[in-house]
Amino acid sequence: MPGSQRVRLATAGARAETVGALGQQPAGERSRSYAFHALLLLMLSVAVLGLAILLIDAFVEGLPRFGIDLFTEGTSALPEESGFLNAILGTLFLIGGVIVMTVPLGVGAAIYLEEYADRERWWNRAIEVNIQNLAAVPSIVYGILGLGVIVRGPLDLGFVVLAGSITLALLVLPTVIIAAREAIRAVPPSIREGSLALGATQWQTVRRQVLPASIPGITTGVILAISRAIGETAPLLLVGAAVFVSFNPSGFFDGYTVLPVQIFTYFSRAQDEYIVLAAAGIIVMLALLIAMNSFAIWLRNRYEQKW
Amino acid sequence: MTESRRDRETGRADEASRAARGDGATPPGREQGGAAPAESALPSIQDTAKESQRRKGDPARAGQREVMFGIQDLTVRYGKQPAVENVTFDILRNNITALIGPSGCGKSTLIRCLNRMNDLIPSASVEGRVNYHGEDLYGPKIDPVEVRKRIGMVFQKPNPFPKSIYDNIAFGPRILGMKDDMDAIVERALTRAALWGEVKDRLKENAYGMSGGQQQRLCIARSIAIEPDVILMDEPCSALDPISTGRIEDLMIELKENYSIVIVTHNMQQAARVSDMTAFLMVALDDTEDNPRGRLVEYEHTQKMFTNPSDQRTEQYVTGKVG
Amino acid sequence: MEARDAIAASGLAAGTPRPRLEAARPRYGERVIKALLALCAVLSIVTTVAIVVSLVGPTVEFFREVGIFDFLFGTNWSPTISPESYGVLPLVIGTLSVTLWGLIVAVPVGLGAAIYLSEYARPRVRKLLKPTLEVLAGVPTVAFGFFAFSFVTPVIQDIWPGFLGDEPNVFNAGAAGLAIGLLIVPIIASISEDAMSAVPAGLREGAYALGASKMRVALRVVFPAALSGVVASIVLGVSRAVGETLVVLMAAGNTPNLDLTFSESVQAITAYIGVVATGDISTQSLEYNTIFAVGLLLFVVTLGMNLLSIRLVRRYREVYE
Repeated sequence: MPGSQRVRLATAGARAETVGALGQQPAGERSRSYAFHALLLLMLSVAVLGLAILLIDAFVEGLPRFGIDLFTEGTSALPEESGFLNAILGTLFLIGGVIVMTVPLGVGAAIYLEEYADRERWWNRAIEVNIQNLAAVPSIVYGILGLGVIVRGPLDLGFVVLAGSITLALLVLPTVIIAAREAIRAVPPSIREGSLALGATQWQTVRRQVLPASIPGITTGVILAISRAIGETAPLLLVGAAVFVSFNPSGFFDGYTVLPVQIFTYFSRAQDEYIVLAAAGIIVMLALLIAMNSFAIWLRNRYEQKW
Repeated sequence: MTESRRDRETGRADEASRAARGDGATPPGREQGGAAPAESALPSIQDTAKESQRRKGDPARAGQREVMFGIQDLTVRYGKQPAVENVTFDILRNNITALIGPSGCGKSTLIRCLNRMNDLIPSASVEGRVNYHGEDLYGPKIDPVEVRKRIGMVFQKPNPFPKSIYDNIAFGPRILGMKDDMDAIVERALTRAALWGEVKDRLKENAYGMSGGQQQRLCIARSIAIEPDVILMDEPCSALDPISTGRIEDLMIELKENYSIVIVTHNMQQAARVSDMTAFLMVALDDTEDNPRGRLVEYEHTQKMFTNPSDQRTEQYVTGKVG
Repeated sequence: MEARDAIAASGLAAGTPRPRLEAARPRYGERVIKALLALCAVLSIVTTVAIVVSLVGPTVEFFREVGIFDFLFGTNWSPTISPESYGVLPLVIGTLSVTLWGLIVAVPVGLGAAIYLSEYARPRVRKLLKPTLEVLAGVPTVAFGFFAFSFVTPVIQDIWPGFLGDEPNVFNAGAAGLAIGLLIVPIIASISEDAMSAVPAGLREGAYALGASKMRVALRVVFPAALSGVVASIVLGVSRAVGETLVVLMAAGNTPNLDLTFSESVQAITAYIGVVATGDISTQSLEYNTIFAVGLLLFVVTLGMNLLSIRLVRRYREVYE
């Protein structure tokens, strides 16, 4: 019989012996056990309920205002005529820039750390720890970095889309690197050995065996990182996703706003109609994120390599 | 080529072949004459060695072949500890050379020196010389990538790439820049590995769908496709069932015509069945458990090693008294 | 070997002779690629350096005019309204208030979820619950901020018992804190659950065999064994809560407050940065530099917590893996 079944039987047998020798658990213990179990379930339901209420609340508030005009109208003086067009286009531009920057840099760094770097060297370990730290730095600090170095300071780009893209790219880069490393690490060493034994160079092995095998994992990781970037607000506030934008960005050196900032902006106005508009915007954003994450999960299930 | 296996089972052919080859030497401790080997159910290692000699070919010719690898005073260390020490012997062309010995004696370490796969282990260092056709494999200007294009390797656990059967075979030639008719290359490699018939209709299917034995033959075909000189095999059958093992052993003897083969095996019977020359490695008995150092004890024609070894340690090992 | 040579000759492409000697073509391409990849990895160091540089420079400027002691221990924060004062304590206490309410929610809920998932849940239930936690982790912070303001605050105001004092402000630390608590539940739950799952099955089975109940096993065997992971998760959760901006910006208000409070408005460190940076201030002014001084404080504190958390996680991983 399989090992785990054997263990279970052994444990049950030993338990029966103990109970036989010492008697059943005291009644107090058993009811405390049930209470504990119930408490755990209660805690879980708080989390699940909390999530549910959050979603339902946004839905209920925003649904009355939901309509196609949210996607076709930009910001205007009147709440009835306002929508998220500027913000959606801004998000698209911004995220496009982020993808273009993070994928090569993130995958490149991951390949270096997994395939080329000698783990014994202190500087390689320093890089690893550094990446772990960067992943946990508060997002607003990246905003300060953007403000001090990218928008002003040495790069001096001004409050433009490119500055926002760079800031967000730096923010999600550690996440992409960590996800890509996991995907690359999942490829078994025997594949690399087989390739090298055929006279392939290290790069040939990486490019033709390791990378193709880890692409599903990397893609999933990138999509999840991008989802996070889409929802980021604080750093963009500092870097100039402007608070009132009524035009559509047409290039990387234009001013811009993004979806979460626009939601925040509408929220910040006192009128009720704007609060409802903000809620509607939240629905739009959540729908977008759910779509992206579901796609990522589908991708992972469909293409994941079982070694 | 396969009839000898059945003959071996009965053991009667043993007598006949001994007489036929005029093998006068009687191995120490072996019964003489009339004892009926047909009664004993299991063939002894000596029987196996002798019996398979027929299909392996004339041992005398084997000794006249060209030297492929000249190993001189080779010592391999992981960190400070030597794993294998002062090994010296020659590996000949178009031979199957077996490396046998108990666990920890450094057989795998030794074979991985021959195609510089030990380079992949950061703590490994190599002293001594490994001459390949007279040139030191570890010379300063030698490129390990080029070495591996000429000296291929098959591993213990079959490791096909997560690609189609076709792409598995084509990978090596493509990297090499062989722009030739890839279909022909693939077919030739699979035919030589005795796999073509089984897979010719499903070349585009994923290699992971094959059985273990087929996968290993795929790995052999993969290394053949780039036309190496030598094929190294590190316990190629230990993860396989007996039937697949037998097929691969037959394959090895076929391949010997065109390639030189070095095989590590912990299965003495296998060494006796397929190899022409055998190298026996052993740890010194006074070595501590943490620090076993393998040394070459004896290197000999297979038949002689198993029937009349020169060294007492060899005799103890092949008769099962030790290790 | 004639057969092999013939085959070799026919198998190779025209014009690719294989010299017997090992060609030692220096593989420059390989080296270039390795350098490029290393550059990508080094970029992360550059980022950290940039963060530090961008924070430290203006902070040094700031401390030329304001004493460090006054900054760290002063109790009045009013950089824009005269008389100007630059004591950061109200901001710190504001952040602490919010974090405190957050932990009160997140620690029991997160640990409860973790224990349930690791000790009680059947595979089918796990399959449903883990994705739920992942969804919770993926909700953008602006949605949490909205939730805090539009749902939690009215509920607090409605059920506020009279004996606790005045009715809560429309902006209060409690609502923001509770929402942040929900936000960090996935952090605490997933890292704790990871740590608990890493406890070897043998420890549990021994306890069960001796007749222990599931509760006893969970509390007396698994939890202590996973303690460093649990602590790591809480530390990381605190770090996340301290660094959270939007929720406090939308629900906690913008009034610096020295009291650790639930019902009053506070100003958290992050909220201050958000408000000032989006307002109209001239660069090179003292006020502008407060962003960086306060930001540096935030960075240092969260860095310390993150390093501690990484250490703790490494400790339990080493023991069991």
